[in-house]
Amino acid sequence: MAEHHEIDQVTGTTTTGHQWDGIKELNTPLPRWWVITFYITIVWAVGYWIVYPSWPLLTTHTTGLFGYSTRADVAVELANLEKLRGDKMVKLGAAPLAEIERDPALLALARARGKTVFGDNCAPCHGSGGAGAKGYPNLNDDEWLWGGSLDQILQTIQFGVRSGHAKSHESAMLAFGKEGVLKKDQIVTVANHVRSLAGLPTGKGFNAAEGAKIFADNCASCHGDAGKGNQELGAPDLTDKIWLYGSDEATLIETVSNGRAGVMPAWVERLDPATLKALAVYVHSLGGGK
Amino acid sequence: MTKSAPIELQFDDDGPLYVAQKKVYPQSVQGTFRRIKWGLMAVCLGVYYLLPFVRWNRGVGAPDQAVLVDLPNSRFYFFFIELWPQEVYYFTGLLIVAALTLFLMNSVGGRIWCGYLCPQTVWTDLFYAVERWVEGDRRERMRKDAARGTRKLQRFAEIVLKHSIWLMIAWWTGGAWVLYFNDAPTLVKQLVTFQAPMLAYIWIAILTATTYLLAGFMREQVCVYMCPWPRIQAALTDEWALNVTYKYDRGEKRTSLKKANELRASGVTAGDCIDCYQCVAVCPTGIDIRDGSQLGCIQCGLCIDACDTVMAKIGREPRLIGYDNDINIQRRQAGKPPIYRIVRPRTIVYTVLIAAVGAIMLYALMTRSLLDINVLHDRNPVAVKLSDGSIRNAYTVRLLNKRGFDRVIAIDIDGPVNATVHVVGADSVTPDRPMIVLGRDQTTELRLLVTAPGESNPQKSIPVRFRVTDIGLGEVASATDNFVSP
Repeated sequence: MAEHHEIDQVTGTTTTGHQWDGIKELNTPLPRWWVITFYITIVWAVGYWIVYPSWPLLTTHTTGLFGYSTRADVAVELANLEKLRGDKMVKLGAAPLAEIERDPALLALARARGKTVFGDNCAPCHGSGGAGAKGYPNLNDDEWLWGGSLDQILQTIQFGVRSGHAKSHESAMLAFGKEGVLKKDQIVTVANHVRSLAGLPTGKGFNAAEGAKIFADNCASCHGDAGKGNQELGAPDLTDKIWLYGSDEATLIETVSNGRAGVMPAWVERLDPATLKALAVYVHSLGGGK
Repeated sequence: MTKSAPIELQFDDDGPLYVAQKKVYPQSVQGTFRRIKWGLMAVCLGVYYLLPFVRWNRGVGAPDQAVLVDLPNSRFYFFFIELWPQEVYYFTGLLIVAALTLFLMNSVGGRIWCGYLCPQTVWTDLFYAVERWVEGDRRERMRKDAARGTRKLQRFAEIVLKHSIWLMIAWWTGGAWVLYFNDAPTLVKQLVTFQAPMLAYIWIAILTATTYLLAGFMREQVCVYMCPWPRIQAALTDEWALNVTYKYDRGEKRTSLKKANELRASGVTAGDCIDCYQCVAVCPTGIDIRDGSQLGCIQCGLCIDACDTVMAKIGREPRLIGYDNDINIQRRQAGKPPIYRIVRPRTIVYTVLIAAVGAIMLYALMTRSLLDINVLHDRNPVAVKLSDGSIRNAYTVRLLNKRGFDRVIAIDIDGPVNATVHVVGADSVTPDRPMIVLGRDQTTELRLLVTAPGESNPQKSIPVRFRVTDIGLGEVASATDNFVSP
């Protein structure tokens, strides 16, 4: 480059000799501070390689002088969090369920913890606010398939419904149509009978006596003679305003024909006892608890 | 391509961007305004350093420090006033009053704030006093700075002593600051035994550094270059405001005592000013007041004292420099008596505004509710249908008890027909009217369930009012929300 000594007259700097369409490139050196900063960053990077994990190897990576890892940071923070919760959660685990609801501090803790755990584990089926959906009970209302007291709620959360756990709630509704127990017209009649139990209008040509007889023979063993249900068997009250699957004739026919057997997993092995308690108190405090 | 002559770019030469600092060596002075300044300095520093130690009894369990910013518990205590975070807007009122007071000061006596009360002035004044005590007065200091390198040991000792005292004052400044955020006697004990929280030491270090730098080194530069107030006050002053003024009507032409007598004898006018430069020598910002009102003048009045001293010595009338304005200079030149209008529309308006804002604040403070309620409607689900067909809405209610004792409150609701209210977790002896104990000086969060029959409340949404009543005092607070059907 030594031959290019042409000096640009306007700026007084030399040119590099590169030209495009008569436009010449000025040889403007980088500011010294910039170059120095650039060299410092290079030195810094080398230091960084040595101190921190940086280079990927085939199956692993360089760990750096101090073996720093963000994963270990998270583990430490989680451990700290557990420690922070520790005493309070121990107290929660030791307190009887009824006492938790009466102690404002424990109730606040249980509700906070319960809400988080509910969001992580229960919300996919029951909804983030516990409002439920078709086939998944609303936990805010006062109808409970398996009982709404604190102990009963805890029992259900721990062992689930038809979950396969030894202590799980069992008993499923028979598929009266599929199994051939009831004929099609009998199913229509009993479906209308169920509607009449809840005070809903019945279809044309509904034979009340026939309906009552079919109900007494097939349904009353679980749902009771008056259709009030039985929480021991998870049989819902058919006389109230709350319907898990729906109260229209078509849905009732479908229910009677195919049966219903909703499933809820057992949580006893996935969550610790104190957390389960918190969850039970949270669900109970949503408003429907007995 | 033809070769053209090099283009010459035009640059305006404005000179250097920054002026090198000219060191100011203010001379000591005695007089009325110096005494006022000493007095105000004692009051300001006394209040600042001692206020954290003043006690105020608020009952058991509450802090007994008269002025305390309790950040961990989000409370501000000022004697009989306790403010919650929700009430920080009172500070807005306080700032408005402070601003208006500055305006009023300005329209009455110019930069009273700058000259007498501003922390920058007060601490700089104190630092100058230390400097004078250690190194001597103006001439001595100038001589010592000029004769660098001679009598090294003594000079070194002086400098070390001066900076040590400065740093000590600065440290106390930072130390007093942190006392406003913690129980002062406890914190002092902790600080002395090096057991105070790290944060306290950090803040002391920060404020030590700022005090030392601002009052020891930057001094008048802060007023001239950094502070917005000199610029603002120029827009606030008017022709009636009294400012430190050189009365040129009796000052020109400036000449020595002897010459002035000669001139006067020959019938030529000569001023009272003998051009002794004492006003310049004592000025803490290094200006010449005889050039008129200017940005650099903080109006501390020290030049008045300096000039009065000289005038007394030479037997001329004092107050050649004094609080005055151009109107009076012109009136005197025209042979009319001076007039002073302290009470005029501008000052009346400011006074009325200060009184009005103060009264509004006082009224708001006296009538503020010490019981409060906030309601948040559950969003998911907004409403729940129960097995008997009735409707239930859930609300998160936050109750605020700003009093220093526990109290029992009852919760009532108006709105939905035949509605009942239940508090989750509370077994009330009065089922239809839940009673709750609110802890002293704290908030309580409750989950409230409102249930009403569906058939008697057919509307999609009904306004509902939550009323909480203090059973003992009868104090009532309420909040509204909606009762919604599914």
